[in-house]
Amino acid sequence: MIEMRRVLRLGLLAGVSMSFLGSIGMVETFNERTLIDPILRMGDLFFYGTLLTIAYFAARGEVNVLEQPEVEMGTGTLTGAGVGLVAAAFTSAFLVLIDSVNVLEFFPNMDQSMIQSLTFEQGIPIGLLLLGAASVVAGALGGLLPALSDRTRKSIWLVSGWVISISLLEVVVADIVESRTVIRAIYAPGGGLRLWSAAAIAVLVVVLSRRYEGRFGSFTTRVRESDAKSRLRRSLIALAVFAAIVLPMLLGGILNELLINVSLFILMGLGLNIVVGLAGLLDLGYVAFFAVGAYGTAVLTSPLSPTVSPELNWWVALPVVLILATLAGLLVGTPVIRMRGDYLAIVTLGFGEIVRILLLSDWLTPIFGGSQGIRRIPGVQVPFLGEVGGTRPELFVYLTTIFVLIAAYISYRAQNSRVGRSWAAMREDEDVAEAIGISTVRAKLLAFITGAIVASFAGALFAAKVGAVFTNSFDVLVSIIILVVVIVGGMGSIPGVVVGAFVLIGVLGGPKSPGLLQEFAEYKLLFYGAILVVMMLKKPEGLLPSVRRSRELHQDEMSQDAWLDRDTGHVLEDRLET
Amino acid sequence: MLPRQVAANSTTTTSRTRRFRFNWVDGFLWFIRVAAIITIVVGLTGTIQNFMAGQGPSVEQWRDLFVSSISTGAMYGLVALGYSMVYGVLGFINFAHGEVFMAGIMVGWIAATIMFQNGLWDGNPFLALAIVLVVAMVTSTLIAVLTEKIAYRPLRGSPRLIPLITSIGVSFFLQYAFAGLFGVGLQTYPPPPGILSRDINVFGVPIEGTKLLVILVAILAMIALWYFVAKTKTGRAMRAVAEDKEIAGLMGINVDRTIITTFAVGGAMAGVGGLLWALLFRNVQFITGFLPGIKAFTAAVLGGIGNLPGAMLGGVLLGLFEGMGPLLVLDGLGIPAVSQLKDAVAFSALILVLVFRPSGLLGERLGSEERA
Amino acid sequence: MFKNKSTRLVAALSALALVVAACGDGGGGEDFEAGELGAVTVESGESIQIRSLQVLTGPDATLGIPEDRAVRLAVADYGQIHGHDVEVGTGLDDLCSADGGQAAAQTIVADDQVVGVIGTSCSGAATAAMPLISDDGMVMISGSNTSPALTSDLAGTAGSDYHEGYYRTAHNDLIQGAAAANFMFGELGLMNVALIHDGDPYTQGLTTAFENAFIELGGTITVHTSIPKGTTDAAGVLTEVAGSSPEGVFMPIFIAEATAIAQQKGNVAGLEDVVFMGADGILSPAFIEDVPESAGFYFSGPDVRFGENTNEATEVNAQEFLDAYEAEHNEAPTAPFWAHAYDATTLLLQAVESVAVVDGDTVHIDRQALRDELDSVSGFAGIIGTLNCDEFGDCGAAAITVIQNTDNVYANATENVVFSYVPEG
Repeated sequence: MIEMRRVLRLGLLAGVSMSFLGSIGMVETFNERTLIDPILRMGDLFFYGTLLTIAYFAARGEVNVLEQPEVEMGTGTLTGAGVGLVAAAFTSAFLVLIDSVNVLEFFPNMDQSMIQSLTFEQGIPIGLLLLGAASVVAGALGGLLPALSDRTRKSIWLVSGWVISISLLEVVVADIVESRTVIRAIYAPGGGLRLWSAAAIAVLVVVLSRRYEGRFGSFTTRVRESDAKSRLRRSLIALAVFAAIVLPMLLGGILNELLINVSLFILMGLGLNIVVGLAGLLDLGYVAFFAVGAYGTAVLTSPLSPTVSPELNWWVALPVVLILATLAGLLVGTPVIRMRGDYLAIVTLGFGEIVRILLLSDWLTPIFGGSQGIRRIPGVQVPFLGEVGGTRPELFVYLTTIFVLIAAYISYRAQNSRVGRSWAAMREDEDVAEAIGISTVRAKLLAFITGAIVASFAGALFAAKVGAVFTNSFDVLVSIIILVVVIVGGMGSIPGVVVGAFVLIGVLGGPKSPGLLQEFAEYKLLFYGAILVVMMLKKPEGLLPSVRRSRELHQDEMSQDAWLDRDTGHVLEDRLET
Repeated sequence: MLPRQVAANSTTTTSRTRRFRFNWVDGFLWFIRVAAIITIVVGLTGTIQNFMAGQGPSVEQWRDLFVSSISTGAMYGLVALGYSMVYGVLGFINFAHGEVFMAGIMVGWIAATIMFQNGLWDGNPFLALAIVLVVAMVTSTLIAVLTEKIAYRPLRGSPRLIPLITSIGVSFFLQYAFAGLFGVGLQTYPPPPGILSRDINVFGVPIEGTKLLVILVAILAMIALWYFVAKTKTGRAMRAVAEDKEIAGLMGINVDRTIITTFAVGGAMAGVGGLLWALLFRNVQFITGFLPGIKAFTAAVLGGIGNLPGAMLGGVLLGLFEGMGPLLVLDGLGIPAVSQLKDAVAFSALILVLVFRPSGLLGERLGSEERA
Repeated sequence: MFKNKSTRLVAALSALALVVAACGDGGGGEDFEAGELGAVTVESGESIQIRSLQVLTGPDATLGIPEDRAVRLAVADYGQIHGHDVEVGTGLDDLCSADGGQAAAQTIVADDQVVGVIGTSCSGAATAAMPLISDDGMVMISGSNTSPALTSDLAGTAGSDYHEGYYRTAHNDLIQGAAAANFMFGELGLMNVALIHDGDPYTQGLTTAFENAFIELGGTITVHTSIPKGTTDAAGVLTEVAGSSPEGVFMPIFIAEATAIAQQKGNVAGLEDVVFMGADGILSPAFIEDVPESAGFYFSGPDVRFGENTNEATEVNAQEFLDAYEAEHNEAPTAPFWAHAYDATTLLLQAVESVAVVDGDTVHIDRQALRDELDSVSGFAGIIGTLNCDEFGDCGAAAITVIQNTDNVYANATENVVFSYVPEG
């Protein structure tokens, strides 16, 4: 049964989305990167990928949690093709409109080059036919997907994922494998995988996934099930530590720089994780603690620091910075102790802004340097290696890794200590926690202080790395990005924060630093916003959630599943042990 | 008193350390109160001394600043209404409301530019402004309703922080979607039609035409809103849903539709606020909504969240605090470059209000869930 | 220890990784003797690599994009060097911030083949980028950095951010501050001036330079305040300024805040007869034409009366460049530093061509020799004028002009020079 209204509705949605992507210039910019030479460019991937996704949902029909969608291959394909057709019609109409009416005054991106980029460089009218054909095909494919067996779908998913990832990670691969001949063999000169390498990867992935089918699934289950002391956990941690030691030696400057940025965000993420994830306090002004660490270090170590200039060694300055951070944590935490969750969010945001404004102010320039910032901050003195700063990223990355490990340890111990349990109780229901004798005041203050200390580590490292501090590195955007990292990775989960940081900061880029792919720079925050919304709607516990958090957020679903005795991996009784 | 406050102030708990802790926290809070009062008094004295000595702004300049601050405040108030209503009904801060506001101004700019180019802007200014008003209101309402449908409705019933975080995501998405569509630069409205640039005498005080219009429109909008909420059936439904969603549903009110209406009305008010912004400041950029949005929420809290007259009062007060605060208080303390600290004053006002009087000036009006 | 299957797997993988990393393409042997900073060898068929590092995204992109485009046009105009093409590669983004500059610099120094960089747009980015670029032996020439800290105080003392290998064709802000002060004091006869910056190191540096010069001339600064970036309600700042009763206001800020100030100054009593002056941040059609209230404003900035000045390396003059730019990008440059970036590029390319040692089809470029060559630039004819590099990298033509906007037409305004300033010595 093909539901015409549904096809029409979703086709229109697809058309609007596609036109939107074109209108903001994303397709054009992304098309500068070829994924598979010469057939697939990144812009086209997003463009038609959006259509494919919508067609998939169109064909799948109304989804009931209890049922597997039963879609017949022919119906699905036709539905998808229909969606594609409607989308193409809308988009074509849109392009024709743009072609005839000059709206460049209002929408600078809706120019001829946008039309070209959406029509395979062929323009109107030939390009529209191509657009139509490609849309129908993409839609049909999307519609076909639900009709396939789970296994086939999974293979397609895996193959696409691996091919695209390897194509995008060209820079990383080239950095590790320093042989130009090998790189030239796999990748085409203009960028992107060669056709044969894409095919080879596809075959390899399919073969390996079939061979080890089920083994990977049971492996992840064993990981999740394992408790902290098991050998499995220990070997995984050892592997991670080993990778952290070996990796910087293999990578060049660019990637080590990226790794440092990612590590700093992991560090701050771990700190915010304690405040938001463990204690449940939504702190939107977290960057203030980061600034305390950075400016504290700057004032104490730089010879250019006006007025107060003890020019201490970084290591000597660190304890002083920690004390400052503790004071900051108290200063911010005390007034907000009795505030409701959302008020807390806004007030902490206010605190963050106040700190930034004060650091920038002409009034406090004699201490903090004001608009000129504080420059000439020396790097960290390491025995035998001399001064290590941003000019030696391959060494600095070890410093950041060490602090990340320290923070992870603090986080881990805190979580499983008495304080951690009082945080969990407080998060569940503050009044009940008070009633059973937990001092929420103490718990909240401790959360703020610990979070502040971890952030100040990051700040101190940041100051030593960049060698100069300016207030525009400490605005509210940074706080929010850290929050997104923690949430997308998994609130309350340490590995989650690490994964979140790698995925977001590493690939998309941080607020002030580029990620792996230069093209994303303009659209970075658009993606952050979209990812946050999608995650909150679909998987609020994050990518690598802590078990407890999953349980909290999916209470209704889980009890329903348990009642139906359906195996979602774990039954409720098992989880109660955690 | 909220149960939490009861527990906090309870002296029946046994541990000595706990009582000590509470006194310490309370002591610190008192310290903040006292410090704030001293700062304000000393600052004011200093400014008055300067004024007597002939330094600093003259009477006319203070007067002009006062008028500017009030009109900015009126605009904050209108935007604050949206925050207040949504918080009253759904219990979370809709971060994206600032972008709803910005969207109205942006699309209104297209209308204004087109009208300017074909002469309507100067030819028939009130008609032109009315058109811009309608465009802004429609846009803002549309965006508000869309965001509710796509991002917030699926999350009804989630723990409180989830919709808040989602709204942050929506806020970002909207900001950068508009940046992508319109470009990152500043878009300027055409200059206000001649009539409005002149000063009009009100009780002997010359007020610039635009400022007067802003204040008038704000008052009209407030009256219209009050009428809507107090007298119409939909308004009554909104109040009922704000009071208790479940029971309102049991009473036969279509809760979903009412919530959409709430968002829509909030959006419409933001659209009006957008027009006022366009009149006052004439520029718009994709980031225009963010800071004013936060300040508007501050205004809503100042007046008492969920309380509509409170939102308006809070807006005006906030406009006064941030507009006149730096010069009135900080300058007297001898701080250089006080205008730099304007936003810090606005946020300090927020923090002080929440320390002095957490329920806001006119008291909160919350639904049953939030009151628990 | 190796009993565990996973451990064995890990060991095998890491061994493989180490082997792979160790086997790279080795460098070829050289007969050419490189100096202490090393040299770049460009083999037959390869291109000479330079990079462009400007602000390409965000609200300040209107400053950096014209410079990036000018670099590419200059490279195209210059042609080959000893039979090798010159490649600029993808434009790098300095995000107008220190960490952005450092991250981009990291990308540059990671590639040994890069000879030099044209950039950055913003002084803050250069502060963080230079330590890396300098340590790696490369050179960087900026077309728009103006902070004195990056070069010197023009009196023989190196600036606090000076690093070897840094040069610029833009002027030093000490000159512009002095020029503006001399104009307001000498030409207009103003004794009391208010200053407004916006928290940016460039604007605050310029107001400070103005303050020092103005006070030395005998004037007074009535108030030195700031309008934070992103402010749309300028009533407070304007009242603060008006309250100090100035005769003139120097506000070397950027378009967004300047627009707010220009549009709202009519609302504040007491500013009717005050003279307003901005700097190169608002020397753009987006302010002069789109904001009618900017009529009457003065603007200090680099002397853009390029007239018939012709770049000696490419023999292109300003008008030819602008025509080519317009043809390629459908718009005029949105900031005045395109000429500086153009000249900077040609300066670099000419220096490279001079010091290059040709060895058949291969070319060797010694880094120290390149620096020495740039240090000794004298009498280079560029579009902006005659370039001479001093010992700290200031190569600019050091000519500041003050123009006045009378009719909101950008072309007319740039021609309407009311004051010219060239420092003595």
